[in-house]
Amino acid sequence: MNNEWPLWEVFIRSKQGLDHKHAGSLHAADAQMAIENARDVYTRRMEGVSIWVVESKYIHASNPEDASSLYDPANDKAYRHPTFYNLPDELKQM
Amino acid sequence: MKELINYTLHLADDSLILGHRNSEWTGHGPILEQDIAISNIALDLIGQARNFYQYASTLINNPTPKYATEDTLAYLRNTNEFKNCLLVEQPNGDWAKTILRQFFFSAYQFHLYQHLQNSRDGTLAAIAEKSLKEVTYHLRWSSEWVIRLGDGTEESHSRMVNAVDDLWMFTDELFQPALYELLAAGEGFGVNVSSLKNEWLKKVKDIFDEATLPTSFEAKKEPSSGGKDGKHSEHLEKILAEMQFLQRTYPNSEW
Repeated sequence: MNNEWPLWEVFIRSKQGLDHKHAGSLHAADAQMAIENARDVYTRRMEGVSIWVVESKYIHASNPEDASSLYDPANDKAYRHPTFYNLPDELKQM
Repeated sequence: MKELINYTLHLADDSLILGHRNSEWTGHGPILEQDIAISNIALDLIGQARNFYQYASTLINNPTPKYATEDTLAYLRNTNEFKNCLLVEQPNGDWAKTILRQFFFSAYQFHLYQHLQNSRDGTLAAIAEKSLKEVTYHLRWSSEWVIRLGDGTEESHSRMVNAVDDLWMFTDELFQPALYELLAAGEGFGVNVSSLKNEWLKKVKDIFDEATLPTSFEAKKEPSSGGKDGKHSEHLEKILAEMQFLQRTYPNSEW
């Protein structure tokens, strides 16, 4: 019988950032406590201004053993990259 | 001027002693994340105390330097010179008692600082404004714990009931102004704490309702007060003995 509180993954967005980055994990009894624990544990040194918490059981990850069939085929498909357009001089900053 | 000094020291002492009590949990918290949470709250409170002590020392040293510093005020005053209320010097007990003490005090501090922001004294107003953000969090954190433990298991509920029985008798003092508080409020730089009682009671009842804790109290013990005037229990003696012995034994020692 597991007496431990559920495990939550914590994602923090920094003041200058656009995305929430994974900062770590913690135990909490409910979502409200998870956010407060994340605030207490992971934002002590002004690391961020926004917190997402997700129960770890809801995160599904790809299997590293499948890496070759999932990712290798993209390696040699240059036609998928937007590198073949000739930009007019006026748009060189793009 | 003397009232302003006493008033500022009272505010400082409240924060310092509660901060110290909370710091006694560091390394002993019931679970890692709460060990960090209560230590953070202790640090917040000690930070508030530092602001008040620094201000008090500038007031004391004006116009004749008396060499008061935040350190001499915190570490070299005796028990009967401390003006904290009795609630904050109570022992930590179990987690229920600690979070209930925090809830009672933070609900009081929240309304106190809200009003203190309008102080005629610019420094007190600034300290109150900054501290209010910290106290808003302390109040939220402790309210939720009161609800979780009150409306929890049979054991957590009975521990909360015991905590209420232990601490309720110290809440009256929060709203009974000492003479320097009355004078401070009269001069416009302090808050008349008796006017905070109704807001505080409403907050307590709202949270106690959700926590399934009884909201009508028969005082099982006589209300206790006197801390604001330096009349303390042996609890403060022990706290100061531990907190002050290093500075008193090795004066001016530094890291």
